[in-house]
Amino acid sequence: MPLLDVRDLTVEFPTRRGLLRALDRVSFGIDAGEVLGVVGESGAGKSLTGAAIVGLLERPGRIAGGEIRLEGQRIDNLAPEPLRRIRGRRIGMIFQDPLTTLNPLYTIGRQLVETMQTHARLTDAEARRMAIGWLDRVGIPAAAQRIDAYPHEFSGGQRQRVVIALALCAEPALVIADEPTTALDVSIQAQIITLLKGLTRDHGTAVMLITHDMGVIAETADRVAVMYAGRVAEIGPVAAVIRHPAHPYTDGLMASIPSLEHRVNRLRQIDGAMPRLDAFPAGCRFHPRCPRVFGRCTEDPPELIPAGPTQAACWLHADG
Amino acid sequence: MPMAEVKTLEAVAVSHFFDVSRPFLQRVFTREPRRSLRAVDDVSFEIAPGTTFALVGESGCGKSTIARLAVGLYEPSAGDIMFENQALSSARAQPAMRRRMNMIFQDPYASLNPRWRVSDIVSEPIRAFRLARGSREVQGRVGSLLAQVGLTVRDGDKYPHEFSGGQRQRISIARALASEPDFLVCDEPTSALDVSVQAQILNLMRDLQQRLGLTYLFISHNLAVVRHMSDRLGVMYLGRIVEQGPAEAIFRRPLHPYTRLLLDAIPDLEQVGRARTPVGGELPSPIAPPPGCAFHPRCRLANERCRVEKPVHVWAGDVQVACHAVEEGRDG
Repeated sequence: MPLLDVRDLTVEFPTRRGLLRALDRVSFGIDAGEVLGVVGESGAGKSLTGAAIVGLLERPGRIAGGEIRLEGQRIDNLAPEPLRRIRGRRIGMIFQDPLTTLNPLYTIGRQLVETMQTHARLTDAEARRMAIGWLDRVGIPAAAQRIDAYPHEFSGGQRQRVVIALALCAEPALVIADEPTTALDVSIQAQIITLLKGLTRDHGTAVMLITHDMGVIAETADRVAVMYAGRVAEIGPVAAVIRHPAHPYTDGLMASIPSLEHRVNRLRQIDGAMPRLDAFPAGCRFHPRCPRVFGRCTEDPPELIPAGPTQAACWLHADG
Repeated sequence: MPMAEVKTLEAVAVSHFFDVSRPFLQRVFTREPRRSLRAVDDVSFEIAPGTTFALVGESGCGKSTIARLAVGLYEPSAGDIMFENQALSSARAQPAMRRRMNMIFQDPYASLNPRWRVSDIVSEPIRAFRLARGSREVQGRVGSLLAQVGLTVRDGDKYPHEFSGGQRQRISIARALASEPDFLVCDEPTSALDVSVQAQILNLMRDLQQRLGLTYLFISHNLAVVRHMSDRLGVMYLGRIVEQGPAEAIFRRPLHPYTRLLLDAIPDLEQVGRARTPVGGELPSPIAPPPGCAFHPRCRLANERCRVEKPVHVWAGDVQVACHAVEEGRDG
């Protein structure tokens, strides 16, 4: 059984104009030590999936169906207090903007010490020593001196390093990283990805890496889930999904990314845009934009179907 | 110089400073001197008609300042911006020249007036420059502009919030084309868009360039997008162009250590599971750039000379590069 097991996760938002189903039967698993990339365009439901797992759905959103299990234990139906204990101790979180995670009024040392002491019995001296160790591990130079600095005294890249230390210092089993490098410059982004990858591998941490950047996924993830309009369109080993995409959406997405290796005259484009939450079409949600659409697609929403090394929610693969 | 005589745009030793001093009284009390930020430092480049010159670099390198200088939104602190061999500063009084250049901004949510209908947004330049007479002729122009960017005439009656990000960027492009310009400055035009939509906009921009013979100054931090769009390329670091030349030559064989770092740092689809060796170091503050070559604290080829002496541009084939290591041949 995978460390994180998400099955048929459905999230709904009741509105005056009716029920909006933002996530529709999303299923995937992540093993210990594995990095699952979750990729998709804005509004596809990637961040919502992460928020649902850690119980941080914004009202009036709610989990309307499905199960989330962490190390075999159901966590989708917990009361706020036990859930809070799991979050932070067994699930660490890294967000795009480090300034929203760090408290500007506390030194980073105090925030690290507090986090570790909340989740383990440690004396102040022990916790401080470990905090310096973590800052050192995430590559903050002169950690012993910098531990008493405030978040604003660090650069953007260093702040994200502190956030990573904060997410990992309670040694969680699962880390959910939501666009961890999107706000950073490319040369800094490379440093952060290498760091995250190395630390989670050393500790056997499962990682759910949410990003819109397929390049980051290619380098970092073991498997990838491609989301479209609140559903998983395709999931499989990262090399297979990138080189031999089975879903027409994944195929179009890969072809629309300009390459560094060679220049083409025209990029392949997917015409149109992803439908809004309140206007999902019947059947496969991609069918109005799909170049290979046929009769069944317009009526019948496809489930994930094995398609070679990956699984794709596409009727093209229905016969094997 | 391996370039044609006619230049749509030329930057001649352009610098731009921002005053970042504290307020006067505070300076008096703390005896602090004035401080200035050198956003653009002695930058020169040329853009031939009908081609795309791209500027690439990380945040704070000065690329957006150049975009604003190029259309006359800022005036250079030193040097000159020339539009078709005529200084832009002298053209301030000439609406004819201003009509011929326009700008496309990064954020299609902030650059369109939310209270105006799309047809009013697109027709404003037509009315401002008196390019059409009477409302029927104006509306006819608006209709053909909207069609040109892949929208319909009926979209003109809507407001910007009714459109997705990609469609809004199409509206921005239609507005930019309304004054019938020859030269467009595109400041990160697709950075706020999803990749599949980015492909639509990039294709549209290339089509329009071919159809209308447009000249682009294309600013981006995304090297893959730049590679797709540019004929010539300038790589910026802390206000200076460290390497410039034909884009193909630079992508094939990057010379400056910073260009190599950038190309190496980009996660690429074709390198699944690559184990990388990232370059350490942070971007220095442009208020207090390192002495000598600004890149030396992060450069593995740096030696004593790089720490002291500012490198000047030297030619290496078609490419100009500002690096002591390349000049001396110690770049391995």
